[in-house]
Amino acid sequence: MVNDLPATQLAAKAEVSALSFYYGDFQALKHISMPVHERKVTALIGPSGCGKSTFLRCFNRMHDLYPGNRYDGRIVLQPDNTDLLSRDVDPIEVRMRIGMVFQKPNPFPKSIFENVAYGLRVRGEGSRRALEEKVEQALEDAALLDEVKDRLHQPAYNLSGGQQQRLCIARALATDPELLLFDEPTSALDPIATAAIEELIHDLKERVTILIVTHNMQQAARVSDFTAYMYLGELIEFGVTDELFIKPQMKQTEDYITGRFG
Amino acid sequence: MTDHASKQYDLDLGSIRARVLQMGGLVESQIRRAIDALGSGDIALIDQVIADDHRVNGMEVALDGDCSQLIVKRQPAASDLRMIFAIAKTVTDLERIGDEAQKMARMAKSIHQRGAAQAPPTVDVRHAAELAISMLRRALDAFARLDCDSAAQVIRDDAGIDSEFRAILRQLITYMMEDPRTITTALEIVWIAKAIERIGDHAKNMCEYVIYIVKGTDVRHTRL
Repeated sequence: MVNDLPATQLAAKAEVSALSFYYGDFQALKHISMPVHERKVTALIGPSGCGKSTFLRCFNRMHDLYPGNRYDGRIVLQPDNTDLLSRDVDPIEVRMRIGMVFQKPNPFPKSIFENVAYGLRVRGEGSRRALEEKVEQALEDAALLDEVKDRLHQPAYNLSGGQQQRLCIARALATDPELLLFDEPTSALDPIATAAIEELIHDLKERVTILIVTHNMQQAARVSDFTAYMYLGELIEFGVTDELFIKPQMKQTEDYITGRFG
Repeated sequence: MTDHASKQYDLDLGSIRARVLQMGGLVESQIRRAIDALGSGDIALIDQVIADDHRVNGMEVALDGDCSQLIVKRQPAASDLRMIFAIAKTVTDLERIGDEAQKMARMAKSIHQRGAAQAPPTVDVRHAAELAISMLRRALDAFARLDCDSAAQVIRDDAGIDSEFRAILRQLITYMMEDPRTITTALEIVWIAKAIERIGDHAKNMCEYVIYIVKGTDVRHTRL
């Protein structure tokens, strides 16, 4: 169920329509339709195995890496009306436009600088100077620059968990993505590092659309503008976050967010 | 409503709700005893009502503490959040009703210590008090059963107490004009009537919270 949305104009960054996804014979997503609003944060919540990470991974075609996986339906990205799931669309190009940050920080075994420069090099950025500028900007945008500017060429593994996660966000930001996917980005972090990432998400939505999977409902309530509740591969309810956590429309949503899920 | 995955959560929430009703029962008996003592002039009973207000206050403090504990431990959401929020407000209204009962007892004491000879009849006050007690009892029932329809009826009934109050006021003004010796006592009866009228307002507030718990809509400052 997609709840009534506010009358104010919301531009869609992506429109998911009738999306189903199959791991071989197993249908993991069932006919999901919902908007992803531009420069807003949309949170995906639901119990383990409900399909929220599967859903997130459809956006950057992560599932293409395994044989037997199959998409049905469309995810149309704006402004150019590109169906991300179309066979004609190059997944590498999709991933340039749609960045992803995972649950566990996963920096490459390279220097801090090279981690952030990686996507830019793949894209063919050859100028040293342009690289330096863009890396610095991405680190700045990820609220990490001040902490690492004197040791850009040291191994990324020397950073703390929270810093590594912000480095991964900087790496995703370097290619100037339009949409950022976060898959439980703070579940391996302590409360201080979590607060820093949440603060960052809040700042980033000024210019990038964000889709975040989280198991922490308070986090969803804190960081998101819209929330989608999924269960057993279905979208149960999609609505404005401020309303969904106080007055959900669906009993299943109510049971889940109040801890009545048995 | 189905149970929480955490049994302790159900127990904590259930215990808080039960104690709100208990506090409501105590407050109701405070009003009842205050109004009885006003009629009978039983000073010992009046003193008991005044002294027992601290029990009401103690329950308010304890319930507020339990609500804070539940929020910090469980981070309630949706209907649970509305329930806890409403309970915290209900408890405030109940405590104020307790204060009004104590105020009524104080006035009754003052009237009877002066000697009842100059007192105007208190019949109308008693009727208004019965209305207020009935509103409070029905508000507590609506809370216990989460019954929006009865809550809405109590909210509508508040107008009845308001008009009773105005009628008492008019009646007392007549007494005071006819015999200025009644002025002191009449004014004390005005305070009692005002306390009763306020009890109706608090019962109405409690019913508004019941509607908030059940429907999630805030009907305060609106017409039903």
